[in-house]
Amino acid sequence: MAEVAEAVPRRVAGRSRPRAGALLGTVPFFAFVTIFLVIPTLTVVIGAFTGAGGRGFTPANVRALTDEYILAAFGRSITLSAASAIIGAVLGALLAYALVTAKPDGPLRRVVTAAAGVLAQFGGVTLAFAFLATIGLSGFVTLWLQEHGLDPYANGVWLFELPGLTLVYTYFQIPLMVIVFLPALDGIRPQWREATASLGGNTWHYWTRVAGPLLAPAFLGSALLLFANAFSAYATAAALVSQGSPIVPLQIRGALTSEVVLGQANLGKAMALGMVVVVAVVMTLYALLQRRTAKWLG
Amino acid sequence: MARVIFRWTVLTVMGVFFLLPLIAMVEFSTRDPETWPLLLDWPRLAEEYPALAEGILASLAQAALTSVLMLVLLVPTAIWVRLRLPRLRRVVEFLCLLPLTIPAIVLVVGLAPVYAWVNYLIGGSSLTLVFAYTILVLPYAYRAIDTGLSAIDVRTLAEAARSLGAGWTTVIWRVVLPNIRSAVLSAAFLTVALVLGEFTIASLLHRTNLQVAIEFLGKSSATVSVAVSLTALLLAFALLLVLSLAGSSSKERRS
Repeated sequence: MAEVAEAVPRRVAGRSRPRAGALLGTVPFFAFVTIFLVIPTLTVVIGAFTGAGGRGFTPANVRALTDEYILAAFGRSITLSAASAIIGAVLGALLAYALVTAKPDGPLRRVVTAAAGVLAQFGGVTLAFAFLATIGLSGFVTLWLQEHGLDPYANGVWLFELPGLTLVYTYFQIPLMVIVFLPALDGIRPQWREATASLGGNTWHYWTRVAGPLLAPAFLGSALLLFANAFSAYATAAALVSQGSPIVPLQIRGALTSEVVLGQANLGKAMALGMVVVVAVVMTLYALLQRRTAKWLG
Repeated sequence: MARVIFRWTVLTVMGVFFLLPLIAMVEFSTRDPETWPLLLDWPRLAEEYPALAEGILASLAQAALTSVLMLVLLVPTAIWVRLRLPRLRRVVEFLCLLPLTIPAIVLVVGLAPVYAWVNYLIGGSSLTLVFAYTILVLPYAYRAIDTGLSAIDVRTLAEAARSLGAGWTTVIWRVVLPNIRSAVLSAAFLTVALVLGEFTIASLLHRTNLQVAIEFLGKSSATVSVAVSLTALLLAFALLLVLSLAGSSSKERRS
């Protein structure tokens, strides 16, 4: 539709006034975006290479990223994101497949996709409290399990550490996977299965030789998107973890809130730049895989 | 047959996993029978939990103002760029989608110095968060409005109106805008839902909103904060559900 509109030769619109006048109309938008998006982004990039007191170029902040505790935080962030992305991708793909086998316009599929759209947005403080009410120390499930002689926290409370965060993150990762993976599954044509059968292949051959390789790029791409999603998340972890800063976003919180005392502001910027680099690498890979997916399943 | 069993097994297991936290919230927040009547009694709530009442009011005001600022900034620009400056469309699109690749926690690091100036110029009110929130909702709002504009022939509409003597303001306000009403509405809905759930920026820029108040309250009164969480959640669910159902039915009509 957009292409059609574009292809119409420019008649009245476009030549009635000089371009400079037309540009004026976009000034409010560009001014606002410059102040509240471009300048903050540049602040992070430039600040990461600026010494304490705002003077001079120094690689010190970025070099400080290799400090043991920061590397460990990046390691834990990546572990958490990878674990929740893999679990979310596998379970989400199963759920998406269950939906594909149902009627395409049936109520089941419509309700589940609508719910997934809502739940994928669900995060932050309210999600943390939802899980505190469920498996917190006095949560609904915890008490129920204890009544039946099972204590989920017999070996220590894991809810406020990486395993707990992984579980909580899964809650928004699975729905996101359903949303991004469903179109790829829809692209699979029943004829391919028939073609496999007519060549003498069974279900195993179909999944390992035909559907599997075709879906692999879409699956990997979706998993990468999930990784970036978990890696950027802050609010849920901030509400759950009040002691210590196991992951990078919480380390940045530490650097931001203690900047007056320790002059760590620019270290915070360096960590923020590190996060941007990780997200950028992941999203580039995602875009590449997306292009490959479009070849067959577009 | 095997497929049907597989489908219902997966759906049941997932259903339990996704419903359990919601049920637990209901159970947790009704342990103290006083909690829900208190939430419905605004004067008492404001008296007993002033920080929470302040947060609720701040969030509602932020949601309303962010929607207005987003629409004022984005709708005329999107229409204008389509009509007069098609070459700028890529730039506008890039800028609007940029916040998707910048985590909120990173944006906050860069926003802190900008907000030092905002504090200095117009004060530290929690309403100043509206600027940051407008950036945050830009990708979602832009995609909604852009989809709406792609579905109509903006150029022909504008030419027809211009040939009848309408000025550019009339074209945007009285001709194009009514035609993308549902897109504008869905952009506003998304904005409200996102702003009501925002925590990162408010908390780190030391301003208050609903989520900050809930988190703060969680330390002293877990039951009330779970009850408020549930209410906020159901409100956001209702908003987004209406949006996605409306979206899928309008898509059907088009096809």
